[in-house]
Amino acid sequence: MKIYVCIKQVPDTETKIKLKADNGGIDPTGVKWVMNPYDEFAVEEALKLKEGGKATSVTVITLGPKARVVEALRTALAMGADDAVVVDAPEDLDPSATAKALAGAIKAEGGDFKFVLTGKLAIDDNAASVSQMLAEYLQAPHATVVSKLEAGDTNATIERETEGGTREVLQLTLPAVIAANKGLNMPRYASLPGIMKAKKKPVKELTLEAVGASAADIRVKFKNYQLPPEKPAVKMISGDSAAQAQTLAKLLREEAKVI
Amino acid sequence: MAHVLVFTEFANGQLKKGSLELLSAARKSGLKIQALALGTGAKGLADALGKEGVDEAIVGDNAAFDKYNPELFTEVVAGILSGKKPEVVLASSTMLARDLFPRVAARIGTGVTSDCTEIEISSSGDVKARRPMYAGKCTAEVAFENSPSKIVLMRPNQLTITPATAAKSPTVEEVSAPAKDLKTLVKEIVKGTSGKLDLTEANIIVAGGRGMKEPGNFKMLEDLADVLGATVGASRAVVDAGWVPHTMQVGQTGKTVAPTLYIAAGISGAIQHLAGMSGSKVIVAINKDANAPIFQKATYGIVGDAFEIVPLLTEEFKKLLHH
Ligand SMILES: Cc1cc2nc3c(=O)[nH]c(=O)nc-3n(C[C@H](O)[C@H](O)[C@H](O)COP(=O)(O)OP(=O)(O)OC[C@H]3O[C@@H](n4cnc5c(N)ncnc54)[C@H](O)[C@@H]3O)c2cc1C
Repeated sequence: MKIYVCIKQVPDTETKIKLKADNGGIDPTGVKWVMNPYDEFAVEEALKLKEGGKATSVTVITLGPKARVVEALRTALAMGADDAVVVDAPEDLDPSATAKALAGAIKAEGGDFKFVLTGKLAIDDNAASVSQMLAEYLQAPHATVVSKLEAGDTNATIERETEGGTREVLQLTLPAVIAANKGLNMPRYASLPGIMKAKKKPVKELTLEAVGASAADIRVKFKNYQLPPEKPAVKMISGDSAAQAQTLAKLLREEAKVI
Repeated sequence: MAHVLVFTEFANGQLKKGSLELLSAARKSGLKIQALALGTGAKGLADALGKEGVDEAIVGDNAAFDKYNPELFTEVVAGILSGKKPEVVLASSTMLARDLFPRVAARIGTGVTSDCTEIEISSSGDVKARRPMYAGKCTAEVAFENSPSKIVLMRPNQLTITPATAAKSPTVEEVSAPAKDLKTLVKEIVKGTSGKLDLTEANIIVAGGRGMKEPGNFKMLEDLADVLGATVGASRAVVDAGWVPHTMQVGQTGKTVAPTLYIAAGISGAIQHLAGMSGSKVIVAINKDANAPIFQKATYGIVGDAFEIVPLLTEEFKKLLHH
């Protein structure tokens, strides 16, 4: 049985964000693009499942302007994925349209799967929505923020961490859609031979129409981007330790009024 | 008439603070308010909801809802939204809501947005919301399209709680748990040991980093947190070192928090840490290096040794708060 891993290319965390002149989004010039960090956990888990005999092959899928996002697929292929699919799409698809397109791509590839793995969220828009929506379109159970996965033949047991350190254990009937959290595994680095091999692995290109999605599936748009307001300069508190502590406590109470 | 449905969360018979914030925002719109509450004791909330200006309480007072099962909750909540057709749905951006509502939205074919920090609801049910993007490096306005129910998940601690002017006696409608073969079973829920508020809900956070030198020194931060009723957080450096669990990590690959007060002790202020906490209202940095980047984001800064400052601060707050 196959595993699909849906990944996203995002600006590197160190990238300085500049806005487009019309404030309609971020200015892509100079942005360094990487695979979303949580997606690395998803790719790693898929490879481990295959190595453990729980799946036959690992296909990675991404969506976006193909010339750019294909790089993220190459990274996953270099880690060890078997093949890849890119759905060529404009930059600004929302989670609803994205999930519909990814589900369409999985169906176009045959539709049979044991797991679809994703990251728990993408660090660009932080929506944490595509995984659950994808599960809905694929009519499969889902679990998010997963930090442990044990796969059986017909079901899987997962652990997820929620508020206040609470741990939930769920059992899902397979096939299932799983969103990976940090802690699930330690993603491997792509080896040099892996990178060489990745160049020859197949990457299939699909259009948005071919996967049955379009701009009409968009439900949410982002506009009127703003940079955060400048913070006033920090107020440094001097004196010996005792005086510093006393002044700070007083300022928090009387000036900031937060205590 | 347009109406707004508030997905409330409660504990020990009391509405959570985040829910009170949502109800305040709902009242401000002047729209009819429906409130949904799921779990044992939900029916007992009717009075409290009435005091909050709720016109219609939809309650699932059923132990089946005490444990969050994504599949069961989707079935129930999507069913209610399809029936009630609220123009706007409000929920707190908690782990439960963030797991649930995207799936609900996909099922009923509407839009959802999480993590919002600002919202305005017009008297006709239009929504203007704003949320951080790129880990708080910028914000964007959310515009819904083709969305019969606009689902907005709000970050806790962002909206002001206003007192309701007129109490209402809401109609109470009960919902039951559907008997259905589920593909999702909740096997076990192990409650976290700390009785403290989760980082994402906490009003005050005391966070420590590698500058705390060793795990035992987090006790100092706990003592300070106890005096302030705060929750303790941490940088990734100390999580990776195994001093504290990942649930305590603040930052890009940890939790995004926005308390009214964030005290950072021995944290350098790496961009990935700032990404998780720069939305805090007041930031205090305690660091022995005057050039630490955390000072650029701080409201108040102390260059000094955390081991000296933190216990002194605990004593100062004890004095202040016990008068
Ligand atoms: C993809 C990615 C994701 C990441 N995600 C996160 C994340 O989610 N959260 C996160 O926190 N980090 C994250 N990081 C790591 C981040 O880059 C930093 O390495 C980390 O935040 C540093 O933690 P720190 O401030 O505790 O340690 P350090 O940077 O080592 O800082 C320790 C500080 O303590 C001060 N200090 C030392 N002794 C004392 C003393 N006695 N009193 C007072 N101050 C003292 C020092 O001056 C120093 O400033 C991520 C990194 C990457 C690459």
